[in-house]
Amino acid sequence: MASSASSRSKSQKTAGPAVFTRDQELHAYREMLQIRRFEEKAGQMYGMGLIGGFCHLYIGQEAVVVGMQMASIEGDQIITGYRDHGHMLVCGMDPKGVMAELTGRRGGLSKGKGGSMHMFSKEKHFYGGHGIVGAQVSLGTGLAFANHYRGNGNASMIYFGDGAANQGQVYESFNMAELWKLPAVYIIENNRYAMGTSVSRASAQSDFSKRGLSFNIPGEQVDGMDVRAVREAGLKALTWCREGKGPYILEMQTYRYRGHSMSDPAKYRSKEEVQKMREEHDPIEQVRARLLREKFATEDELKAIDAKVRAIVAEAAEFATNDPEPDPSELWTDILV
Amino acid sequence: MAVNVLMPALSPTMEQGKLAKWVKKVGDTVKSGDVLAEIETDKALMEVEAVDEGVLAAILIPDGTENVAVNTPIAVIAAEGESADAAPVTASKPVSPELATQKPAAAVSASDAPTAPVVAIAAASDVPPGTPMVAMTVREALRDAMAEEMRADEDVFIMGEEVAEYQGAYKITQGLLQEFGARRVIDTPITEHGFAGIGVGAAMTGLKPIVEFMTFNFAMQAIDQIINSAAKTLYMSGGQMGCPIVFRGPNGAAARVAAQHSQDYAAWYSQIPGLKVVAPYTAADFKGLMKSAIRDPNPIIFLENEILYGQTFDVPQMDDYTVPIGKARIHRTGKDVTLVSWSIGMTYAIKAADELAKEGIEAEIIDLRTIRPMDVDTIIASVQKTGRCVTVEEGWPQSGVGAEIAARVMERAFDWLDAPVVRVTGKDVPMPYAANLEKLALPNVGEVIQAAKAVLYR
Ligand SMILES: Cc1ncc(C[n+]2csc(CCOP(=O)(O)OP(=O)(O)O)c2C)c(N)n1
Ligand SMILES: [Mg+2]
Repeated sequence: MASSASSRSKSQKTAGPAVFTRDQELHAYREMLQIRRFEEKAGQMYGMGLIGGFCHLYIGQEAVVVGMQMASIEGDQIITGYRDHGHMLVCGMDPKGVMAELTGRRGGLSKGKGGSMHMFSKEKHFYGGHGIVGAQVSLGTGLAFANHYRGNGNASMIYFGDGAANQGQVYESFNMAELWKLPAVYIIENNRYAMGTSVSRASAQSDFSKRGLSFNIPGEQVDGMDVRAVREAGLKALTWCREGKGPYILEMQTYRYRGHSMSDPAKYRSKEEVQKMREEHDPIEQVRARLLREKFATEDELKAIDAKVRAIVAEAAEFATNDPEPDPSELWTDILV
Repeated sequence: MAVNVLMPALSPTMEQGKLAKWVKKVGDTVKSGDVLAEIETDKALMEVEAVDEGVLAAILIPDGTENVAVNTPIAVIAAEGESADAAPVTASKPVSPELATQKPAAAVSASDAPTAPVVAIAAASDVPPGTPMVAMTVREALRDAMAEEMRADEDVFIMGEEVAEYQGAYKITQGLLQEFGARRVIDTPITEHGFAGIGVGAAMTGLKPIVEFMTFNFAMQAIDQIINSAAKTLYMSGGQMGCPIVFRGPNGAAARVAAQHSQDYAAWYSQIPGLKVVAPYTAADFKGLMKSAIRDPNPIIFLENEILYGQTFDVPQMDDYTVPIGKARIHRTGKDVTLVSWSIGMTYAIKAADELAKEGIEAEIIDLRTIRPMDVDTIIASVQKTGRCVTVEEGWPQSGVGAEIAARVMERAFDWLDAPVVRVTGKDVPMPYAANLEKLALPNVGEVIQAAKAVLYR
C-alpha cells in the first residue's frame, strides 16, 4: 500500500509525518500490540468453538484506531461497523468485558446479548458496533449533530470500510454534515476489500478522499499503516471540526491480514500480497524498529511490554471462558425501558 | 511451556474437517501469524495460523487425515530448546474419543440445528408416477433452477453482492458466472437500495432480474423499492407495466449472528398486496418454486434459509420440474391435529409429529410453501377433518403469519374447531447472541408437542 498509495497522500508530500516522542512511540506500540494479541486470541477461541457466529478481526489495521485516538480529546465519540474490537480496546473498554461478550457470557459488555458485532459504552463514548454496512455513517453524523447542538467542542469519529463507502446513506449524511457544518470526521478504512470484492471492482471513484468533493468536504489519503501519519492527519481533521468548519474525510490506506470473517478462505487475493504487507508495512513492526533504532527501548523492555499485554489478554480469555452464560431471565430484559 | 495446537472450528457450524496439509514441519520456528497447516471444511480450504510462538515440536495428526474433530490436538508448539514432551498430549497417544467430542459449554453444536436427512415426501401431483428421484441439497436445487431458467430465457439475469466471482456468499450461485458470463451474473457494490431499484427499473422494461440479497436482513435497506416501486407499479399504471422480478436470499435466524442478522421477514412481506411470498422447505420445492418464480410476471419475495441450504432431499429428475406458487403441500396426513408450517418451521413440526405418533396422536402437517397468496383452502379442509390447528414459525408472534392463519381458520372453520388455534413462534424479543438465550428465543420441538397436546386437551 504504502508505496503506491501513500505517494499520492498529502501528508507524504511534505517531509513525512511529525516524529513521535519516546512516550508516544511506546504508547502506540503497546496499544497496537494489545489489539493484535487480543485478536489473535479471539481467532483461537473461535477455533475452539467458544465464539460463535461472525467474528471479524482487525489484525493489520491497528495503526488507524490507535493514531486517531492519540489525536482525539475526552468526549469525542467513536462509532464503527462490525470490525470493532480494536476500536473498543483503544477507547479503554475492559478487555475482559469485550472478550466475554465475544463468548456470550453474562460479564460481557452487552451482558452476552450483543456479541462480537454489537457492543457499546456510554462512559467511553463508544456508540457501537453495528452489523449493517453503512448504518454507522448516518448514526455517527447524528453524534456530530448532537455535539453541534450542544456546542460542546467535541467531534465524532465515524469509521467505515471501503465497501460501506458506496452505500447511499453515506452521501445523504455528507450533504447534511457539510450543510450544517457538523463536527464529523469520516474515517474510511480502505483495506482494499469488501468481503471478496476489491475496491477496483466496486468503486467508480477509488480515491475515497474525493468522495466528498461535490459537497465541498475536504479529504485526504493517509498511510494508515503508519501510526504517526494517522495521528497527524487526525489532528488536522479534528481541529478543522472544532473550528466550526464542518466535516472532514480521511481515507486510511490499510490492510486486513485475515479473511473477512472467520469462515472466509480469502481466495480473492494472493498469498504474496498478504505476505508483502506483513513484511514491509506492518504497523507494529514499524514502531518497534523505530523504538530500537532511536534507542527508546531495548529488546528486553519490549519483551516485557509483550509479556504484560499477553497477560492482560490471557486474563480476558480466562474470564470469558469461565464466566457463566446469562441468566435465562435476561431473554426478556432491555426490550423497552 | 509447550502448548497444544487444537483443530480449529472454521465456521459457525463446523464439527470436523480434513487436515489437508502441514505447511510447517517439525523443528520449524513459528511466529504468531505464520500459517501452520491447511484444513478443508465442507465449504472451503482454510489456513490455520499460529497464535503461540516457539518451535513446532510435534505433529500429532498427519497430512491427509479426514474427519478430525474440532478441538483435537493436532500439533505441539514448544519454547525454543524445550521438548515436545512437556505438552499434555504426546504424538504416540491416539486421540481419545472424549477429546473428539468435548465441547466448550457455549459452543452450539450443529446437531442443535435441525438436520433433516433425505426426507420422503408425498410426490407432487404433477410428477408422473415412476419419475426417478435424485438426492440433492437445497443449495444445489436453487442453483439448478436458476441455471435452467437462464438457459431457457435470455432475459433472466442475476445480480447481488458476491454472486459472481466469489460464487455466492453462501455458494448458491456456484458456477453461474462460469456458464453465463459477467453480463448475466453481476457483482454489485454494497448498495442494496440502489441495486434493488436498478432491478425494478430493468424489470419494468421486461427483463427478468433475480436480485440476491446476501441475507434478507440487508433488504431492509431496499424495502422502499420493493414495496413502493416493485409491488405497486402494476396497479398504479392501470395494468400497463408490471415488474417480473425475484428478490431472493436467506431469511431468518442462522446461528449465533445476533439481533441485526437474525430476522424473519415472512410476515412483513406477506402483508403487501402486489407481492407474492414464497418460503419452501424441501429441495424439490425450492427448485420447482424458484423456476415458477422466475417465470411469474409479478414481483416475488423468495425466502430461503441458511440452515436448510446444506440439507438433502429427493428431487424429481425431470426436464422441467415446476411447482405452482400458491399451493400448499400435505407433508404428512393425520386425523387428530393440523400443524401448519413452512420453511425451517417444518423441521420442528416434523420432529414433533414423530414424537406425537409415539403417543398415538396422528398429526397432519401442511407445508404452506407460499405465504402469499395463502392456500387457505388446504388449511380449512384439514381443520375440518381434525378440528384442531397449531401453527409453527420462527418469526415473532404479533401480526405474524400464524396470527393470520388463526384469523382465517376462525373466519372459515369456526364451527369445526374443537379448541382455539395455538401459535408456536419465536419469542417476542430481538435475537440474543448468547448460546443459551438464542436457544430460548427460538421455538423448539417441545413447544410444538405441548401446543398439539393443549389443543387436544391431553
Ligand atoms: C447492508 C448490508 N449489506 C451487506 C452486509 C454483509 N456484509 C458484511 S461486511 C461486508 C463487507 C464490508 O466491507 P467494507 O465496508 O470494506 O469493510 P471491511 O469488512 O473491509 O472492514 C458485507 C457485504 C451487511 N452486513 N449489511
Ligand atoms: Mg474493506
